[in-house]
Amino acid sequence: MTGKQIEGKVWRFGDNVDTDQIIPAERLVSTNLDHLNDFIFEKVRPGFGQQVKKGDVLVAGRNFGCGSSREHAPRSLMEAGFSVIVAESFARIFYRNSMNIGLLLVECKTNAAEGDRLQVDTAAGTVKDLTTDRQWTFEKYPPFIQELVDAGGLVNLVKEGKF
Amino acid sequence: MGKTIAEKILSAKSGTDAKTGQIVVADVDYVMVNDVTGPIAFREYAKIGSSKMYKDRMVLIPDHYVPNKDIASAVQAKEMRDFANEHQVKNYYEVGRGGVCHQLMVEEGFAAPGRLIVGADSHTCTYGAVNALSTGIGSTEAAVVFATGKLWFKVPESIKVELTGKFRPHVDGKDLIIQIITDIGVDGANYKAFEFHGPGVANMTVADRLCVSNMAIEAGGKAGIFPCDALTEAYIKDKVRGTYTPVAADPDAHYCRTLTYDLGQIEPMVAFPHLPSNGHKVKDTNVVIDQAYLGSCTNGRIEDMRAAAKVVKGRKVAPNVRFLVVPASQRVYRQMLDEGLMQIFLDCGAFISGPTCGACLGGYMGILAKGERAVSSTNRNFIGRMGDKDSEVYLANPETVAASAIAGRIVTPDQLEGQ
Ligand code: SF4
Repeated sequence: MTGKQIEGKVWRFGDNVDTDQIIPAERLVSTNLDHLNDFIFEKVRPGFGQQVKKGDVLVAGRNFGCGSSREHAPRSLMEAGFSVIVAESFARIFYRNSMNIGLLLVECKTNAAEGDRLQVDTAAGTVKDLTTDRQWTFEKYPPFIQELVDAGGLVNLVKEGKF
Repeated sequence: MGKTIAEKILSAKSGTDAKTGQIVVADVDYVMVNDVTGPIAFREYAKIGSSKMYKDRMVLIPDHYVPNKDIASAVQAKEMRDFANEHQVKNYYEVGRGGVCHQLMVEEGFAAPGRLIVGADSHTCTYGAVNALSTGIGSTEAAVVFATGKLWFKVPESIKVELTGKFRPHVDGKDLIIQIITDIGVDGANYKAFEFHGPGVANMTVADRLCVSNMAIEAGGKAGIFPCDALTEAYIKDKVRGTYTPVAADPDAHYCRTLTYDLGQIEPMVAFPHLPSNGHKVKDTNVVIDQAYLGSCTNGRIEDMRAAAKVVKGRKVAPNVRFLVVPASQRVYRQMLDEGLMQIFLDCGAFISGPTCGACLGGYMGILAKGERAVSSTNRNFIGRMGDKDSEVYLANPETVAASAIAGRIVTPDQLEGQ
């Protein structure tokens, strides 16, 4: 099993962030598929897509990604540059979609604030706020999910004949 | 220990002794994609580079932005049509022969007891109403099912919902599910399956059950499964393709939680913006509306149309209200014609369209401007769901939607009588 250490700047969101907020339905046409990151949170935080830098971390509360099954949601966040999403809990389909396409999710309740520097260590199961010097722990992935993470997504797992 | 319906179906389909919490790889009976989720699935399928395609299990339904809303959606719909042609996928439903995906999955007999069905659309959980284990997945996963016929599943915990009694007039499945979501919250069933039990089930029509199962996802649910009874059998008799095996829970199955509802105590409900869990009794509210929307995979069935038509018959839509009526499928559309419902809706001043998801997801044909309010028989009232981020959606049952179109504010048919 491999582990990943990621460090990035925090963008903070609350509870029940739905997929309509992440990327609105009217953007879901195939001609947009190569630049989904342009539209993230455009209704609730206009201009957000342009502010995110590669490696940044999205931190949220409960039930992140609830609502529609649109894979465009995790894809757009990944394309915008987010390296990992840390939330108290994730909606089921969003969780599957993210893990299946290789966007790392960490289920952990933190009170990291916007602008803080956060370090996530998946091998140790820790989230550290380097700005406030606080630390939280999270449960490691079950073996199948770890395999999925290691492979970088479901398509790779299928290609490797492990499915 | 005994098993829940979800555990039983996943055991049968994975060939293992599947228990809550385990991850299994299971054989999928059908996989559905729509015009929004299909294109990503087609690309991912190409990336897998498989020589196999499980065509008979694939169902392709354009419904979100068709009939083509604009050039971009025309390109997108064409992508699906071309894919279906190129790979000779026969379960493709063209505009004019189709409708909203979940309605078609039931009408066309893909949904049946004991089946494991996935769909790249979150409301795939609808088919639990006919005793299937069905759930929403992503596009990449759909592509994997195209190539392998299989998918991974975490065996969910189940919440038992005990139902007694019978709905009073003007109350239906929509009110029950809004009440449940209001009680447990939008993540109250996250990763879990609802399983419905009790004598109240037999008092619910299959149309009511479809509405309830449809909205299981609004509490985060993986599925909302009803038992298979005489009503189920009668409902699917002339639709179902192939054979099927009803699945019942064992008496000693384990549930993580039990909820009980007397259907006779449920009142007409309305879910305020911006979450389906913001339920209120209609009688305690006073909301003026600009638009009333009757349709969608939640409440666009013939039973919903009949109930709403009864309310508006001989009445006129309020001057400041647009009343949109959108049957969920071509078949519902035809039935409305045959039964004279079209006449009733036309006479009251409604706009009637062919089947499409349309404004349900803020797609087109019925978008709300800043500050506008709609009462809607759909399933989501998120920020900006039907238009501008400062517009509002209130979820209610078909009869409430119809009565509200007449009154110009959200009311039940009973309140309408008193006016
Ligand atoms: S009718 Fe609405 S909820 Fe149903 S599939 Fe279409 S967009 Fe989704």
